[in-house]
Amino acid sequence: MTETTIAGRPVDVDAEGFLTDPAAWDRDIAAEIARENGIPELTDRHWQVIDFMRERYLRDGAAPSIRTLGKASGVPVKELYALFPKGPAKLAAKIGGIPKPRGCI
Amino acid sequence: MTSRIVILGGGTGGTLAANRLHRALGDAAEVTVVDQDDRHVYQPGLLFVPFGLAEPEHIVRSRAAQLATGVHMVLAAVDRVDLEQRVVRLIGGGELPYDVLVVATGARLLPQETEGMLGPAWNAQVCTFYDMEGATALRDALADFGGGQLVVNVVDMPIKCPVAPLEFCFLADWFLEERGVRERTEITFATPLDAAFTKPVAAQTLGGLLEEKGIALETEFAIGRVDADAGRIFSWDERELPFDLLVTVPAHGGAAYVERSPGLGDELGFVPCDPHTLRAHAADDVFVLGDASNVPTSKAGSVSHFEGETIVENVRRTLAGDELQPSFDGHANCFIETGFGKALLLDFNYDQEPLTGRYPEPHVGPLPLLRESRMNHLAKLMFEWAYWHVLLPGRELPGISSELQGARR
Repeated sequence: MTETTIAGRPVDVDAEGFLTDPAAWDRDIAAEIARENGIPELTDRHWQVIDFMRERYLRDGAAPSIRTLGKASGVPVKELYALFPKGPAKLAAKIGGIPKPRGCI
Repeated sequence: MTSRIVILGGGTGGTLAANRLHRALGDAAEVTVVDQDDRHVYQPGLLFVPFGLAEPEHIVRSRAAQLATGVHMVLAAVDRVDLEQRVVRLIGGGELPYDVLVVATGARLLPQETEGMLGPAWNAQVCTFYDMEGATALRDALADFGGGQLVVNVVDMPIKCPVAPLEFCFLADWFLEERGVRERTEITFATPLDAAFTKPVAAQTLGGLLEEKGIALETEFAIGRVDADAGRIFSWDERELPFDLLVTVPAHGGAAYVERSPGLGDELGFVPCDPHTLRAHAADDVFVLGDASNVPTSKAGSVSHFEGETIVENVRRTLAGDELQPSFDGHANCFIETGFGKALLLDFNYDQEPLTGRYPEPHVGPLPLLRESRMNHLAKLMFEWAYWHVLLPGRELPGISSELQGARR
């Protein structure tokens, strides 16, 4: 765990840059993490996924998988890959300030 | 007054829960198990069927025969659970009222969720060893396999026994070597995870074993579709892998009736519950056991066994109107076959990474943790006897604690 500054705020992140405390997150932090990961601007569709991820994490204690996102976030899998290139579940979690999805076990 | 306990599912979890509850509560409770068939498959045995190391008929027994005298068995498919009326409605019209319901219907394979998976090549060039039909078809496919690209792919997590796909790779390496076609075969393990396994410590050991055996590892491969005619699988981010034989672990979901029962399950059909008390979020008189739940630990028989104690105690407390005991810690352990007569052993829980050392006693146990050994392989073979004679009757394995050792809270 290391301390760093994102969008002018001191936050703790893990070795892969995921926030360790979801409560330390805000929407400015999200926008900066997104830019660093090749998403210049977060659209409403991005936010729909990010908000869904956070809501589920805070409710269940685990980040949803790509399949759950595709079924329940309102954004189909193909579009998820367009919005969050490479790994949508992982990237949306990172931008949303929650720990990396572990794919359960 | 006699309490009515209805248990949905007569597999590992449902059977051991029924036997334990019957023993703990005696005449105070009437225990009924519901299942749609009377075939109890020893699921760890499925891994061995494709390699001719287990005969299909030897790993199936009657479900009813595993239940203690006095436990009722109803052979029927569940239509839905009515949480408000506290009644299970059966397909065909019957109904079973309950005071406490235990959901233990496990996980279901959903190959239809992946585009192109089901088709003429299903159970021929595209196989799974996760059910009996598939494991038997794969045995035939492997017997005919003359070399080429063998791809082992996990569609998505969660899956039952998350180490089984790796074990399949290790055993395939051994099997093809024995048959003299290993040289002409490339084995690739394609996983949606970013490493060989979810737990980092184990991922390192297992990743090392793959490399040692010359098995290619393709990570973060989220499969989007199968093109069986072209012999290729494609990921959502447009990578492709050619195959001559595809061994797939299809997407998993909960039992179909869960979706038909308003409020019971999540969008994958698993039943959300408290990870420590195992009480369903949906209702105070519903508990969840084994693969059917959404708890963040492995979907494995060992987990059902370790959950057994918590389930019995909390069902008893619910019937008595007492507070629940949050005693389950996510404990899982599994033997991992690594081929050539060896295996390694993992032991972990919600918070604790797989331990190193010895098992079951931390320093002097006969089985080394997270290391290959012949003893672990023999223990895995002996476990089949313990499964039918100790685990399902709902007894404790001598010296094996429900809580992870060295990780007690």
